[in-house]
Amino acid sequence: MISLVGGVFTPFNYQFFTNGIIVATIAGGLCGLLGVFVVLRGMSYIGHGLSHAVFGGAAASAVMGINYFVGAGVWGIISGVLIGRIARRRLIGADAAIGVVTTASFALGLALLNRYGQAQKSIEAVLFGSVLGVKPIDILAVALVTVFTVVLILAFYRALLFATFDPEVAEVSGVRVAWVEALLMAMLSLTILVTMRVIGTLLISAMLVIPASTARMLTNSFARMLWISPLIGAATAGVGMYASYFLDTSASATIILTATAVFISVYALAGIRGRSRIAHVHHV
Amino acid sequence: MSPEVLVECAHISCAYDSAFVVHDVHFTVRKGDFVGIVGPSGSGKTTLLKAVLGAIRPQSGHVTMKPGLRMGYVPQVESVDWNFPVTVLEVMVMTRSKVGRRPRITAEERTAALEVLDRLGLGGLQDRHIRELSGGQQQRVFVARALFHKPELLILDEPTSGVDIRTRHEVLHLLADLHDDGVSIVLTTHDLNGLAAHLPRMVCLNREVIADGAPIDVLTSEVLEQTYGAPMEVLLHEGMPVVLDHGGTDVAKRVGTLL
Repeated sequence: MISLVGGVFTPFNYQFFTNGIIVATIAGGLCGLLGVFVVLRGMSYIGHGLSHAVFGGAAASAVMGINYFVGAGVWGIISGVLIGRIARRRLIGADAAIGVVTTASFALGLALLNRYGQAQKSIEAVLFGSVLGVKPIDILAVALVTVFTVVLILAFYRALLFATFDPEVAEVSGVRVAWVEALLMAMLSLTILVTMRVIGTLLISAMLVIPASTARMLTNSFARMLWISPLIGAATAGVGMYASYFLDTSASATIILTATAVFISVYALAGIRGRSRIAHVHHV
Repeated sequence: MSPEVLVECAHISCAYDSAFVVHDVHFTVRKGDFVGIVGPSGSGKTTLLKAVLGAIRPQSGHVTMKPGLRMGYVPQVESVDWNFPVTVLEVMVMTRSKVGRRPRITAEERTAALEVLDRLGLGGLQDRHIRELSGGQQQRVFVARALFHKPELLILDEPTSGVDIRTRHEVLHLLADLHDDGVSIVLTTHDLNGLAAHLPRMVCLNREVIADGAPIDVLTSEVLEQTYGAPMEVLLHEGMPVVLDHGGTDVAKRVGTLL
């Protein structure tokens, strides 16, 4: 039953919820931003895959007693670069490269935790995160990575666009495509690293794909997509998180469902617009 | 005195996974050249273009370029993702990733891009999405992008592949105009009659150079059979060689469409 007792501001009386909504909104925006590159490169599975790879690194760092951020971060970046390199050789497709590298990494992490730690607990934490257990340091980490990502995208905007749209000509025109891809993978790995513990891999995967796909239907301009997608990501994450309090549902699930509802609405609207455009052409 | 050498591929050999795609090819591009490279699929045409561009390093031999040579490259339009969210102006400006990194298109960049678009008959289309253009306009956008840096040498990979006859004529006229304006051009094509035979110089390639010269000298039955491995007949029509494909004629006879 929906509980509305206490008014619309009640959730914000709880610090843990306020922290959760802040981190979810920033993470939604960040994933929405990077999701533009993920979706346009046809690598929608990368978020899911890289978060599995980072899980392997997290497990290995826990077993070896290394700091989580250092161990999982280095592991994630190496996995990302490895995926990029394998995909570039074109012996196998990018989807297969993601599948091989990340599942192997996940399996290794699982085996290490089976042998030395608590596998079940860790897997649940990775899948769903703990958005209501967010600490100020987590907010700071997500905010810092967001600022860092925005600065890098602004600084290398055209190289990123060129290498995404037309890697072959970009290479010939002097853009170091391999370097650009490594940069993108590093940004993705960093994002997953700081958001995995708080929002979980399921939400990361969804927020890397749904807002960007929605934005794609709303604009034909790459530049506009780069601000519409993070806006949708941040808004749906904030609204979904807020709604989850009243609906008494899982925060991750509610955020994904909110983003999906926006996607379906835009999809339906784009369909109507497309059909009316065709009808208009026929009447000319 | 011969015109200045822009690019010289001196006896180059290129291989992918130990299989030679181009073997001992000697190919020179001079200022003012308008060259068509023809050959069957897998004959090394695109590999030779990439060697000329400096995008791949040959296993043996060497490629020498004129110092500071400005080159423009037009890829096969079939390799373009037409659903990618970019406008014509964004396609033009993305090539300036070295000098201008930020998203904002400066007034100077916009003016320069619009000048090139106007010159290629694409005025007023700068804010259109690339998918909304006709086949000829799409091909011209990519030529415009390559021309944005005022190249001395324009390199095109299959510029008429997958386009209709009207678009092919448009492309051919556009390239002839650019050549008249002093741009040297190298292109690959499968289109012997529609494109290659109209160019001043043709290179027949099948891993190695079979023939290099004017179409009237190069387009012979012997050279074509050696290049394509299939019998072909060459007729002269108003002084221009026309290639007849015997394979096609045989099939037409079998299915009864030839009287």
